[in-house]
Amino acid sequence: MSELTSDQLFDYLLRLGDDALIAAQRLGEWYASSPEMEEDVALANLALDQLGAARALLTYAGEVEGAGRDEDALAYLRADREFRNCLLVELPNENFAVTIAKLLFLSAYQLPLYDALVSSSDARLAEIAAKARKESAYHLDHAARWTLRLGDGTQESHRRMQAAVDAVWPYVHELLAADETATRLASSGLAADPAELRAAWLSTVEPLLAEATLDRPADGWAPEGGRVGRHTEHLSYLLGEMQVLHRAHPGARW
Amino acid sequence: MSGEWPLWEVFVRSRRGLSHGHVGSLHAPDAEMALRNARDLYTRRQEGVSIWVVPADAITASSPDEKDAFFDPAADKVYRYPTFYEVPEGVAHL
Repeated sequence: MSELTSDQLFDYLLRLGDDALIAAQRLGEWYASSPEMEEDVALANLALDQLGAARALLTYAGEVEGAGRDEDALAYLRADREFRNCLLVELPNENFAVTIAKLLFLSAYQLPLYDALVSSSDARLAEIAAKARKESAYHLDHAARWTLRLGDGTQESHRRMQAAVDAVWPYVHELLAADETATRLASSGLAADPAELRAAWLSTVEPLLAEATLDRPADGWAPEGGRVGRHTEHLSYLLGEMQVLHRAHPGARW
Repeated sequence: MSGEWPLWEVFVRSRRGLSHGHVGSLHAPDAEMALRNARDLYTRRQEGVSIWVVPADAITASSPDEKDAFFDPAADKVYRYPTFYEVPEGVAHL
């Protein structure tokens, strides 16, 4: 097998970093808007965890690329087509149930992902994963508890949670897809094996949905494209809000 | 919605060997979520290694009206302090 190129590692780091960055931005939207003040703080904590992971991953991505781009350049000065996040994280929050469904599906993927990356052949990536995995475990815990409460709560909360799970489910396909980059990096011992991630994800989510009295949706329509820069329209609006300050005042600092 | 979620009192032990101390209160739908909310609200800066949450209505508190009857009688009972007693010379192991 030929040597891994820095392009492939760069691409992989952008996937991980952009997933975390966009998830952080969406979670942050709940601040001062969630059902309770306590949940404001909880979701903001999760957002900051994701942001911390995104910063470490994008900083490393910039170094691997070797073109002099730092975390800010990658976060604030790329256009939507240059982002490599999955579609799942850019979907609008809609309501609390949709947010919890997105968080559940993402964290059920990120936890085994970071678990596997702890033993990556890339020492820097392993170090970032070692910190992030504990945070992901908490994110999964938070999402799982809400899923149980909403799914097995009132008739109305059950209806909304089921609708949220149904709406978000198709986007999981892309999250767990074994495309060329993922498969290639996995076989080199650098990245997590997509097949194992898929098995881990299902073994977390399926029993949880059952316990929450929610139906596991059937697999069918499976949108994708985020990993190659083809996003939903939602990402452009999100980036518009996230990037406006840095673009209007380049290099602005608090 | 605040009206629907019960109030919980939060106690945090800052490190091993110390007692749990009251740090504040919060709203949560049940005990498990209360514990997690407490983690997010009161241990963000490594303030603790253990958390207790207690339903606020499970706490029976002394009333400010009873303050005199409850606490004042202790004021003039100096013999309740160990320093009140003189230890005779030659008492070992004390």
